[in-house]
Amino acid sequence: MILPERKVCISGAGQSEVARPSSRDALALTVDACRGAIAAAGLTPGDIDGLATYPGLIANGDGMSPVGATETMIALGLSPTWVGASTEGHAHMGAIFNAIQAIASGLCRHVLVFRTVAQATARAQVHHAGIIGGAQATTARSWGGMAWQMPYGAVSAAPLFALYAQAYFARYGATSRQLGAIAVNSRRMAALNPNAIYRDPITIEDYLAARMISDPLRIYDCDTHIDGSTAILLSHVDCAADLPRPPILIEAMGMAIGGFGAGLHEGDFTRLPADRAGEMLWSRTELTPADLDFAQIYDGFSILTLLWLEALAICGRGEAAAFVEGGARIALDGVLPLNTGGGQLSAGRFHGYGHLFEACAQLWGEAGARQLADPQVGVVSNGGFGYGALLLRR
Amino acid sequence: MAEGVASEPRILPGLSALNRPYWTGGAEGRLMIARCGACGFYLHPPMPACRRCGSDDVGPQAVSGRGRIASFTINHQAWMPGMRVPFVFVAVELEEQAGLHVFSNVEGCAPEAVAAGMAVEVFFRAAEDVHLPFFRPVAP
Ligand SMILES: [Zn+2]
Repeated sequence: MILPERKVCISGAGQSEVARPSSRDALALTVDACRGAIAAAGLTPGDIDGLATYPGLIANGDGMSPVGATETMIALGLSPTWVGASTEGHAHMGAIFNAIQAIASGLCRHVLVFRTVAQATARAQVHHAGIIGGAQATTARSWGGMAWQMPYGAVSAAPLFALYAQAYFARYGATSRQLGAIAVNSRRMAALNPNAIYRDPITIEDYLAARMISDPLRIYDCDTHIDGSTAILLSHVDCAADLPRPPILIEAMGMAIGGFGAGLHEGDFTRLPADRAGEMLWSRTELTPADLDFAQIYDGFSILTLLWLEALAICGRGEAAAFVEGGARIALDGVLPLNTGGGQLSAGRFHGYGHLFEACAQLWGEAGARQLADPQVGVVSNGGFGYGALLLRR
Repeated sequence: MAEGVASEPRILPGLSALNRPYWTGGAEGRLMIARCGACGFYLHPPMPACRRCGSDDVGPQAVSGRGRIASFTINHQAWMPGMRVPFVFVAVELEEQAGLHVFSNVEGCAPEAVAAGMAVEVFFRAAEDVHLPFFRPVAP
């Protein structure tokens, strides 16, 4: 049996301007990103027969997902056969997985996948730290998984993931100096990415002196809300010969859901259900972590990057903190360049799509001043509540 | 620390048939956790059926209210206007079952005195129609 992901390639990618906030409407940013992806693949809107997004329109003004599939379809003049969007499932990368299945099953050939955020605009309108989406403070009751933590001041995800950082530090003797290497690395990479938000380098001393948010997470451990859109075009590999760029092949995918974010029922705060996504990923390929030329690892909070490095078996259990310490191993000239576009910590909260976009740029040799020397294989991982990973190669 | 109770103002939980015992049991001074009548497994968040044995005989049962801090954070960021910080956000592992976690705040000691593994016990604070479980250190 041919794995479904082996029937699919990434044929194009696009990204809008990124700003906090942008003067442009979120739908206009979406159009920019989508047109960029379609053009990169040498296609026209008439070629697009599938459309997917994560999580789909959330029309509550909080900027978390201000643009849905329907209005994007109309704005671009698309007539897709297949459309998919859901907040459920594997979070950010769920839309990619759904698109892969739609193509592999023969429903469609070219699926446009986009993710748009306008959290900077939402935040600017309410002038306070706010909840995850930067929404208006609410006196309403809380429901769902977050309702177990919200009454205790944990209105953001930061205190939740601080529990992971604290437990990881306690279990393995990890330190803030080690965790801080993630943030320092992100800034160093972002300095070479003209579309990144925070481009001024910081030192580990700057990091250690920074304002504490939820101990041990400092301000630099938390990603930054933005306005922007990213689009990824997935195509059937049969189309590869017609593409202007070399197809980016999907060697393997891995996915999992679960954990405290979903319902308080799983784990000990030193690992994520992402472990299962990592196991699935490597079970579907002959490649191993030693083959990786780069890693774009989710960093909504820095601690997630450490936990993902272990979930993906790039580092042994409890060894990720020492791996990143000092930053040399994860630099552009290190053994495993990490988050080469600046990640969400410095380039902005694209909810994983920035990581995927950066992987494409690297594999196409279009990453400008931060371009790696002829990378062939890279891994992308997304998520802190639902989990997904892609192993990509030229 | 500002005057008043740390981590206020609060966003209170919405009540449902399943979660009502947890959020209101404090009115009688009891911490109510869903438990399987067939195999004894505790389920939190409360569930209508037991994922371990499959039984539908699941209902709220009072537990001791004692546990240990599985992990914690001293939160310094005010996430809403006027939020009183710092406060200590914790996951408490209840003594009845390994991995049986509840989220809460720890009060009754300096935030800096909170540590993983610390023994804690429940107390309740009423707010509108709920009695929120909080935890404080057990006197040694
Ligand atoms: Zn049972």
